[in-house]
Amino acid sequence: MSNSGSSATVRKRETWTGQTGFLLAAIGSAIGLGNIWRFPGVAYTNGGGAFMIPYLVALIFVGIPVLLLDYAIGHRMHGSPPLALKRLAGKFGEALGWFQVAVCFVIFVYYAVIIAWSIRYAIYSVDLAWGTDPGSFFSGEFLQLEGAAQYSLTPVGNVMIPLVILWIAVLLIMARGIVDGVEKANKIMLPLLVILFVALVIRALLLPGAVEGLNALFTPQWGSLANPDVWVAAFAQIFYSLSVAFGIMLTYASYLKKKSNLVGTGLVAGFANSSFEILAGIGVFSALGFMAHQQGIPVSDLEGLTGVSLSFVTFPQLIMMMPGGPLFGVLFFLSLTFAGLTSLVSLLQVVSSGIQEKFNLSTKKATMIMGIPAMIVSVLLFGVQSGLSALDVIDNYINGIGVVGSAIAMTVMAAVAGPKLEGLRKHLNSVSSVKVPRFWNPLVGIVIPLFLAFMLVTSVVGLVQDGYGGYPTSYNIVMGWGCVALSVLFSAVMVYIPWKRSTDAMIENDDFVATNTSKGAQK
Amino acid sequence: MTGPAVILMTIAIVLVWGGLVASIVALRFLPDAWDNPKIVSNEGHQAP
Repeated sequence: MSNSGSSATVRKRETWTGQTGFLLAAIGSAIGLGNIWRFPGVAYTNGGGAFMIPYLVALIFVGIPVLLLDYAIGHRMHGSPPLALKRLAGKFGEALGWFQVAVCFVIFVYYAVIIAWSIRYAIYSVDLAWGTDPGSFFSGEFLQLEGAAQYSLTPVGNVMIPLVILWIAVLLIMARGIVDGVEKANKIMLPLLVILFVALVIRALLLPGAVEGLNALFTPQWGSLANPDVWVAAFAQIFYSLSVAFGIMLTYASYLKKKSNLVGTGLVAGFANSSFEILAGIGVFSALGFMAHQQGIPVSDLEGLTGVSLSFVTFPQLIMMMPGGPLFGVLFFLSLTFAGLTSLVSLLQVVSSGIQEKFNLSTKKATMIMGIPAMIVSVLLFGVQSGLSALDVIDNYINGIGVVGSAIAMTVMAAVAGPKLEGLRKHLNSVSSVKVPRFWNPLVGIVIPLFLAFMLVTSVVGLVQDGYGGYPTSYNIVMGWGCVALSVLFSAVMVYIPWKRSTDAMIENDDFVATNTSKGAQK
Repeated sequence: MTGPAVILMTIAIVLVWGGLVASIVALRFLPDAWDNPKIVSNEGHQAP
């Protein structure tokens, strides 16, 4: 029995200093690299202005409802994903919680590398070190991809050095705990991100050709609304962007005080994330409009409008063309860095809190136990010549299968176990000023998991039939499916390792949960 | 900018940023359930 551990001294659980601290951390977690480099391109290629309709529908009917589910479970069950979901649904719940921990681990080991690239590129921006051909610079001099073996251990100094420095800095933040580490870091980094990014958008709007970019982004292609792929793209964008259903928001909500307005803070976090995405769309496409204007071509002829190529190839190109380009470059890459850092911290917190509670460890010990292996894996897998392809494959599989699978399992589990969705809805309403309507139950328990299951099946069929990204099948199996399989294996093993302190004793010592849950929900 | 692009950009900004402002106002000024026994009792679920 997993909850048969000894009743060791119960460590007092930290809480946010207030709702503002929690909100900044939750918004910081939601606003990540995807807001800046993914949303603008996805919106543009999926109907332009018309994309805003499925996007808003997705925000209101998928994003915010699942975010509230995370908040309800985290706040009511008052624990990291393994503990909270164990309290919700027993061993199956705990296994899902550890799967979420594993997914977060996999994501942050590669996510850190992109932040390390951004730090390096912020420095490169000062003297436009990428020269006249940023594409060749990125793949050649920077990542040293030419002639690299598929599984290489040859270090790339340009990446490895900022990566190690980043890991040390982030682990120092994490070791300080929720209030002095995570909350303080977000209170500094999120306002900085907003200030830097607003300055960047204003500069972009003043560039010649900015209007052409905005026309390209917002001119509606109404016919696209009849295309189911456009709706799937909008739902996927909201789902991934809000960081829901794989442990992050659940963990953050578990550190809230009893008297917290869950629905109010959820609405603010959801709309703040989308507000930043719209701002990013305006900034990125104003800049792309300028680039097209300089080249005398329409925006539709530009290439590399999303992801790594947008940030590390297209943007350096346009920074070169721009008066005051170095300053714009520093603003852009520092924005990416801060957006990534606030999300990275939230991913690390999921793993750290899970380890802390399972093994009854101090924050510092849990940070070291998690952080040192994570840093080693991150450096060895992604700080080397084969880092880019490993990142590409792992990102695709862990998001398309791991995150979506976790969301399906969690929504279904919440519908059938513990207090069920009606109990969670009542909990939300008992602490919030804005009430969650009854249709939240079938939406979260039936409609959303069905939609996610469609996404998962489509994704799995595509990966099985066509593979991914033109990589050899064996590579996709090892790096992609291998990561998913390891995450499942990890969760199965962790369930059978006893808790260092009895989870029943934890409940008895946790006046929060004792007053919040029925005993039946914890068995 | 073209007319449709202006309209769609305005709608997106008003709805999303307006939603943000409205939710901040609601969070700041609506009474919490803790301060309003009616909300709690309506749900039949006593707040912890």
